Amino acid sequence: MRSGRVLAGLTAVALAASACGGGDDGAAATTPTGGNGGPTGTLTVFAAASLTDVFTTLGDQLEAENDGLTVQFNFAGSSALATQLTQGAPADVFASANGAQMSVVTDAGLADGDPTVFTANVLQIAVPAGNPAGVTGLADFAREELALAVCAPDVPCGAAAEDVFAAAGVTPRPDTQEEDVRAALTKVELGEVDAALVYATDVVAAGDAVEGISVPEAEDAVNDYPLCTLADAPNPDAARAFVDLVLSDEGQQALQDAGFRAP
Amino acid sequence: MRRARTPAPLLVPAALAVAFLVLPLAGLLVRTPWSQLGALLTAPGVGQALRLSLVSATLATLVSVVLGVPLAWVLARSRARGRSVLRALVTVPLVLPPVVGGVALFLVLGRQGIVGSWLDDAFGITIPFTTTAVVIAETFVAMPFLVISVEGALRAADVRYEDAAATLGADRWTTFRRVTLPLVAPGVAAGAVLCWARALGEFGATITFAGNFPGTTQTMPLAVYLALQRDPQAAIVLSLVLLVVSVATLLLLRDRWLGRGAAA
Repeated sequence: MRSGRVLAGLTAVALAASACGGGDDGAAATTPTGGNGGPTGTLTVFAAASLTDVFTTLGDQLEAENDGLTVQFNFAGSSALATQLTQGAPADVFASANGAQMSVVTDAGLADGDPTVFTANVLQIAVPAGNPAGVTGLADFAREELALAVCAPDVPCGAAAEDVFAAAGVTPRPDTQEEDVRAALTKVELGEVDAALVYATDVVAAGDAVEGISVPEAEDAVNDYPLCTLADAPNPDAARAFVDLVLSDEGQQALQDAGFRAP
Repeated sequence: MRRARTPAPLLVPAALAVAFLVLPLAGLLVRTPWSQLGALLTAPGVGQALRLSLVSATLATLVSVVLGVPLAWVLARSRARGRSVLRALVTVPLVLPPVVGGVALFLVLGRQGIVGSWLDDAFGITIPFTTTAVVIAETFVAMPFLVISVEGALRAADVRYEDAAATLGADRWTTFRRVTLPLVAPGVAAGAVLCWARALGEFGATITFAGNFPGTTQTMPLAVYLALQRDPQAAIVLSLVLLVVSVATLLLLRDRWLGRGAAA
């Protein structure tokens, strides 16, 4: 009951904020940058789940810099987000974890201009803290006595893993093909597998429970992250401001701190 | 048993319930790519996943019957104190998100788990990522369905038959085997069917605790989920296969095995 009331209150605040935004949009358009003339209203960002931590921080920063701006995120798998957008979900910015799902959105004519690749992610070997099995590289994924996890070939991280193993000439002998990268990481954190092939950002996010081992062969399968503003964005000024922040030195630093690499 | 005409106030909600439960099924049938059916059905791994699903769900049901019927008896008949607490505890898997159940199984039976690490050290047995793990995960999630059904049947059964057996000199074990068990057999059968169906559809605990590997741990629900990531049409066909096999099995059991019990 109580949470219902809080939610209703938040919705009212959001509605009021967006109503104000409508009145200010003209002013913001004439002075797109700078202090009090910055974007207001509600900004809606659809972003790949792996961006959750970094984008939440950047969103808070943008809100702090612009009075009257509320940033809302919808974090989910890129394919789910692309489906929602093509089904008509209203959003200002879309950040995808791969080019394929961005293409779904651009092919549907929903993007405003060409997407920009703003960061990239690369596969890394994750091992439990202390590396009990003494894993050193991709070749260890062929050792049958180890408990090993990779992503299933049906999901993006598994497709990337197949490329990396092919490039390295290693035939992996995994014990499990996980349904997504976080599930693979969880098994490393619990110490139930000796190694898993996951994204570098996942290793950073897992903290001290997990150690990462860089894989030179992974350079052949770097995953680019494109983002775009949307043609029907309800708040194009705020959308532009958010994209600028992501592409700024500050935004790029935040991404690299989280384990992403420069595009 | 008297068969009455359905009163109108029941008819409308009942019809709504049927529509609610059956329409999604109709949706699956409508969207099934019939022209590609052959190719998708003979794709490698489909038969393997189906066989693994049937075998593991059946084993999970057997384990559930062997352990669950005695537990149901304890819950329904014993005078031990704390039975209601015990009942609440053993039905936890009913409300626990299965993925959490899978993590909990790791914490007990995983390589680093309380029991699992000892099994590993003492016998070199590791459970996760094996077919055994699939059966354990399915049993964990499905057994409460059997226990609840059998307990209900035991409570509904007339204890005077057991009393009569006792006055005629039967000991308690004989009474259980020769009187109680036949009395609640339809309840055990119904519970076993529910348990089997739940085990067959099990996803969350299985993919967490047993992982996903074709041939050893990839059951049909896991194959469906992964197919959905890549090719939704294939996922629909796989779901249909699972559906047809489970409905056929249940109909067969109803005729051959449950007989009057289910028809009454």
